[in-house]
Amino acid sequence: MNDSFWQAAYIIGALCVVLSIKWLNSPVTARRGVLAGEFGMLLAVVGTLLRAEVVSYQWIFIAMVAGGAIGAPLAYLMPMTSVPQLTALSHAFGALAAALVGTAEFYNDVAEGNPTTGFKMVAIVIESLLGYLTATASVMAFGKLQEIVPTRPMTYKGQNVINLALFAIATVLGVWMVAAPAPVWVFPAFIGLSLLFGILLILPIGGGDMPTVIALLNSYAGAAAAAMGFVLENRLLIIAGSLNAASGFILSVIMCNAMNRSFANVLFGAFGQAQPASAALAQARPVKSATPEDAASILESARRVIVVPGYGMAVAQAQHKLRELADSLGKRGVQVDFAIHPVAGRMPGHMNVLLAEADIPYDRLFEMEDINQDFSECDVALVIGANDVVNPAARHDKTSPIYGMPILDVDKAHTVMVIKRSMNPGFAGIDNELYYLDKTLMLFGDAKAFTGEIVKELGAHK
Amino acid sequence: MTTEIEISLYVLVLAVPLGLELVRRVSPLLHTPLMSLTNAISAISVVGAILVSGAEGSPALSKTLGVIAVMFATINIVAGFLITDRMLKMFKKKEGSK
Repeated sequence: MNDSFWQAAYIIGALCVVLSIKWLNSPVTARRGVLAGEFGMLLAVVGTLLRAEVVSYQWIFIAMVAGGAIGAPLAYLMPMTSVPQLTALSHAFGALAAALVGTAEFYNDVAEGNPTTGFKMVAIVIESLLGYLTATASVMAFGKLQEIVPTRPMTYKGQNVINLALFAIATVLGVWMVAAPAPVWVFPAFIGLSLLFGILLILPIGGGDMPTVIALLNSYAGAAAAAMGFVLENRLLIIAGSLNAASGFILSVIMCNAMNRSFANVLFGAFGQAQPASAALAQARPVKSATPEDAASILESARRVIVVPGYGMAVAQAQHKLRELADSLGKRGVQVDFAIHPVAGRMPGHMNVLLAEADIPYDRLFEMEDINQDFSECDVALVIGANDVVNPAARHDKTSPIYGMPILDVDKAHTVMVIKRSMNPGFAGIDNELYYLDKTLMLFGDAKAFTGEIVKELGAHK
Repeated sequence: MTTEIEISLYVLVLAVPLGLELVRRVSPLLHTPLMSLTNAISAISVVGAILVSGAEGSPALSKTLGVIAVMFATINIVAGFLITDRMLKMFKKKEGSK
């Protein structure tokens, strides 16, 4: 097979990748986007297999079949609430693949007695650093999301100093290898540092900051692929990798903006450590609580209800019951909309996927900017499993850790209902004054069970 | 004279702003599928893995690493695309279309 075939395959593949992301801009064309992406990937793989340099196929096919056999069940068996975990895991595999290729390239050149230095080595260093650190960081993120690893930020004295020092040593080793052929121990040491750095990077990050972190890891994985493109002088890799890097970067910026925090604060701020003082305070103040019956009759007589879902809804798997509630209210002529905060859940857009899973049509899901002015006109704001994103302290309390974060203005609604397990503060450990307002009714219980009770009550009122 | 590296850098400086523009236009509604789709696309590194593991005369160490990389990248590709499609199938507009 001559060279023009795979070259053409790569060029069309690159176009497919670009179109794939373009079509993802609307739910109407999104599935076409996936198809384009798959086709682009297929072209890339087939084109590569047909290149003259590739002479042995046996092991490649075995590896592909094994990879498919592991990947497909992962994608089909994971429940939708676990999409963040799956994405983290998938990042880990992809990043590790990129890192291993970088390592192989390095040792190829060593074996030829011609160790790489200069520009190609810069690319290998970046590829390996990002690849290995993304791999371990993603595994850690997976652990935190799956709650195998404690989700609270883990901090120790001098943490940032140690991280910085490790990073500095890795940089020195990297520069050394670029400048001149380094001793044999340098590259393995560099790999070890990268792996370690990935773990340490995630330790101080709390569960609620995972949307930013996953987006950032996504960006790193793309950057590693782009760096590989420089190593192999392969422009398809550069295009696909940098599109991916740009995508992850934008998403993490959006997440940071949605919390009014800087990158540095998310990565090194150890946000959301337990604050026992505020928890104690929470016990002391009186709140109004209500039964499912009360809730049902208030909802029934409302004209417009805005539901604000949060991670708690995902944990309780309450999205299906929530749809039953929305349907039941809809039949009574109540307009039910959903307000989605950008950082609700554990990855960008997490809530939308869960509500879509429960068959809630996507034209009922509204972004924060589009629905915030409507709260003042709505009769009931129903908060289910969300906490910090509806805390009015973010607007006025300069001492609050979340001051300045854009929030959903549920406190402007006529009545606020909050379904919550108990008065324990949420992930950030910040007390929420919303719960003590006169117009707020606390509905204590499991989100799924409580929503189910309301639905039952509504049914009985028929 | 234009070197290979120069061409690659040109591609990079064009691809990054293109990516930023494309992603900015994606509705927040679809941010999760966007992430899993780009996740699958980042496994384009499978190309490098195939080249390393299939090449003639590369040392056993590189070949082994390459084959493992092919497997890992394939997991990423398959899982990434399938979960994206599974999610997108659920997004419906009309009410009651079960």
